[in-house]
Amino acid sequence: MNETLKMSPPLISAQAIEKSYAKGQHKVPVLRGAGLSAQRGEFISVIGQSGSGKSTLLHVMGLLDAPDIGEVMLEGRRIDNLSQAARDKLRNRVFGFIFQFYHLLPELTLLENVMSPLMIRNSILGYFRQRKAIRDKAMEMIQQVGLEHRAKHRPSELSGGEMQRGAIARALISEPEILLADEPTGNLDSETGAEIMDMLKKLNEENQLTIVMVTHDEKVAQQADRIVRLEEGRIATLSREAA
Amino acid sequence: MYKLLLCLRYLRTRYIALASIVSVMLGVATMIVVNSVMAGFTTEMRERIHGFLADVIIESRDMNGIVDARAQIQKVKDAVGDDIVAVTATVEVPGMINYEDPITGKTFTHPVQIIAIDPAGKASVGPLKDNLVSYQPILENGEVRHPALRDLDEPVSFNLTPEAQDYRTLKAQTDALILQEQGIGVQEMDDAADEGLPPEFEEVLTDDEPPTSFEEPQFQNQPEEARDLAAPLAARVFIGEQITSYRVKDPETGEMRWIRMVQPGDDVILTTVGSGTPPEPVHFSATVTDMFRSGMSEYDSSLVLMNLDQLQENRGMIVNGVDAITSIQIKLKDYSDAESVVRRLRAKFPPGAVVVSTWEDKQGLLLSAVEMETAILNVLLFMIIAVAGFGILAIFFMIVVEKTRDIGILKSLGAGSNGVMTIFLSYGLGLGIVGSAAGVGIGLLFVRYINEIEDALSWVTGREVFDQQIYYFPSIPTIVNPMMVFWVALGAVTIAVLASVLPARRASRLHPVRALRFE
Repeated sequence: MNETLKMSPPLISAQAIEKSYAKGQHKVPVLRGAGLSAQRGEFISVIGQSGSGKSTLLHVMGLLDAPDIGEVMLEGRRIDNLSQAARDKLRNRVFGFIFQFYHLLPELTLLENVMSPLMIRNSILGYFRQRKAIRDKAMEMIQQVGLEHRAKHRPSELSGGEMQRGAIARALISEPEILLADEPTGNLDSETGAEIMDMLKKLNEENQLTIVMVTHDEKVAQQADRIVRLEEGRIATLSREAA
Repeated sequence: MYKLLLCLRYLRTRYIALASIVSVMLGVATMIVVNSVMAGFTTEMRERIHGFLADVIIESRDMNGIVDARAQIQKVKDAVGDDIVAVTATVEVPGMINYEDPITGKTFTHPVQIIAIDPAGKASVGPLKDNLVSYQPILENGEVRHPALRDLDEPVSFNLTPEAQDYRTLKAQTDALILQEQGIGVQEMDDAADEGLPPEFEEVLTDDEPPTSFEEPQFQNQPEEARDLAAPLAARVFIGEQITSYRVKDPETGEMRWIRMVQPGDDVILTTVGSGTPPEPVHFSATVTDMFRSGMSEYDSSLVLMNLDQLQENRGMIVNGVDAITSIQIKLKDYSDAESVVRRLRAKFPPGAVVVSTWEDKQGLLLSAVEMETAILNVLLFMIIAVAGFGILAIFFMIVVEKTRDIGILKSLGAGSNGVMTIFLSYGLGLGIVGSAAGVGIGLLFVRYINEIEDALSWVTGREVFDQQIYYFPSIPTIVNPMMVFWVALGAVTIAVLASVLPARRASRLHPVRALRFE
C-alpha cells in the first residue's frame, strides 16, 4: 500500500474482531482477533478451512452478526454499534450478499426476488409510485446476468448457476458499495463456478465494485486481488497476488 | 411492499393455512346462524308474550278488584292521556274449567286463569284477533286447507261463527232426538243435558236472552226450553286451545296431531270465587265461542277469556250498578315512554291497592332467561373461535419454522424485525379476513335457506328436525342483525391477529445468521 491510500480510511474494515458462539454450556470461540480491511474497488478472498471463522467474519462485516469485541468501520465510521434500524438500512443500501445456497425466496419469481431489496427499501406507497422504474431496473439487472428468459420463473425451476446469477442480480439492484460473497461457487460445478467468478471479476474491474469473497477453494481464491488466510479465528497470511 | 407481497403469496401457497381459515369460517358461520335463530325466536316470543299482554298493566292487589271501571279508566286518561292509544278494563281471577270428552263421556276439571274482557276494548290494546283460531286459516303441512272461518275485518265478539252455530244446533237436535226416543220429558231432558248442574246454572239459563234469529222448522213445535239449547248461553268464552286438547301420534303416518275434546259451540262449566266475604265458590255454564291460540304454551294451556259483564255478574262484582275490575290494560303511543307512564300512574294510584307494571316487568324472568341463554351461547361459540385462534397459533408457528431461512434472507436484504413481524401479523389478518368473509357468507346463506336445509335434514334422517307442532312456527324464524354480523366478524379477525402475534414475534426475533444456516 502506498502512502496516499493509507491517508484515506479503507472503505470497510473489521478490527480485532472476537466472536464466540454458545454451544450448550460451552462458549466456542470462532473469531479471535481477526481483522480485515478493504479499499474501494478491491477484490479480496478470505480463505480458510471450515470452522476457521471466515463466514462469521463476513457476517460481522455485513452487519448480519454483531462482534463480541472489535469494531466494524465503514469509511472510518463505526457501524457495528448503530441502532438496529440503521444497520438494517446499511444492509439494504451498502452491502450486497451472495450465499452458497443462493437463498432466493421460493414463493417469488426471479423478477420479484431481484426486486425484493427495493421493495424492502420502499414503503407500499413508494413502491407503487415507482413500480415501473423498479421493474425496469430489475429487468436490467436480470439482463446483465443473462437471465431475461427466466424472469417469470420460480427459483425451483432454475438451475444452480441460474439461481446464483439471480442472487447476484438481486445483490446488485440496490447498487451496493460492497459485495459480500459467501462461498458463491461452493455448490456449483467447476464450469458454472468459473462463469460466476468471471462475472464477479468483471463487476470488480468494470464497476469498481468492492468484493469480499469467502471460499475454501484455493483456485477460486487465486482470482482475487488479495488473499487473506484465516486459521482458527486469526489472520494467518496476507498475500497480495495479481489476478 | 415485500410484506404485502409475501403475505399474499403465503396465503395462496400455504395450504395448511386453509385449515385455520376453515376453522375461523365455521366458528363465524355458527355464531351468525345461532344468533340469527335466537334473535328470531326471541323476537317471535316477545311478540307473542307482548301480543297478549298490553304495554302497561295496572293490577289490583285484591281479587275483588277496584270499583267503577269507568272512573278508573278516566283516572288513567287524566294521568297519562297524552301518551296512550287505548285503555281497557279486565277482571282476572283464577278458576277451574270442567268439560266433557264427547267420546268417552268422562268429565275433566282443570285449573285455569279466567280473564274477562270487553272484546272491542281488549282488541284495541293488543292484537287479540291474531290469537283466535277462527281468524286463522286451517293449515295442514304448511298449506292452507281451509280459509279462516271469520273475515279479518270482522270485529272481535263473543258470537258463534255460523259453523259453530250449526254444530251447536245439530248437537241440540241429536240430544233432543235421543232423549225423545228414550221417552224422557222435556223437563227431564233439560236436566240431563245440564249434567246435573246446580241450581245456579238454571239461573244463568233463565237470564239468557231468548234467541231471535234462530228458527228451525222442526223445532217450531218443540217447547221453549229446547230452543234455548241451540242458542249460545249468556256467558261465553274463548278457551286456550291446549286446555281441552291433547296430542296423539297417528299410528299410520307417525304424525303428531291435536285431538280437541271441546269445540266452539260446546258448553263448559267454569268455577271461580265470588267477591263476597268469606269468598264463596261460584260456578256457571258458558258457551265456547272460539279457541285461543297465541303460540305461547303458558297462555294456551291456562287462559280462558270470557265476556266481562257476565263474569262481573256471576262473581257479584256489580253492586248497585257500580262494577269492579281487577286490572286495567293500557296501550301506549310509544313504548319507549313506558317508564315515565308507569311512574306517573304509580303516583296517581294508591300503591296499597294496585301494582303498575310494563309487560316486560311481568314476563321479566322469562325474557331475562332467554337473554341469558343467548349470552351464554355466544360465550360458548366465541370459545370455538378462540379454539380456532389456537389452531392458527400452532399452524403459524409451523409456518415460521418452515420459513426460518426466508426470514434470514429478508433480514440479510435489509428487512427490519418490524417488517418481518408485519408479514406474519398481516398474514394472520389476511387469514382472519378471508375466514370471516367466508364464514359470514356461509352463515348468511345458511340462515337464508335454513328451512330448506331443515327440510333436507328431515328427509335424510327420516324424522322431523323442527317439529311445527311443538314450536307453532310454520318455519324457523330468523333475524339477521347487521351489527351482530359485524361484531362476530370483527371478533374473529381480532382473534386471528392476536393468535399470530406470538409466532410473528418469534419470527421477528430470529437471528439472521442462525436463520440463514437453518436447514
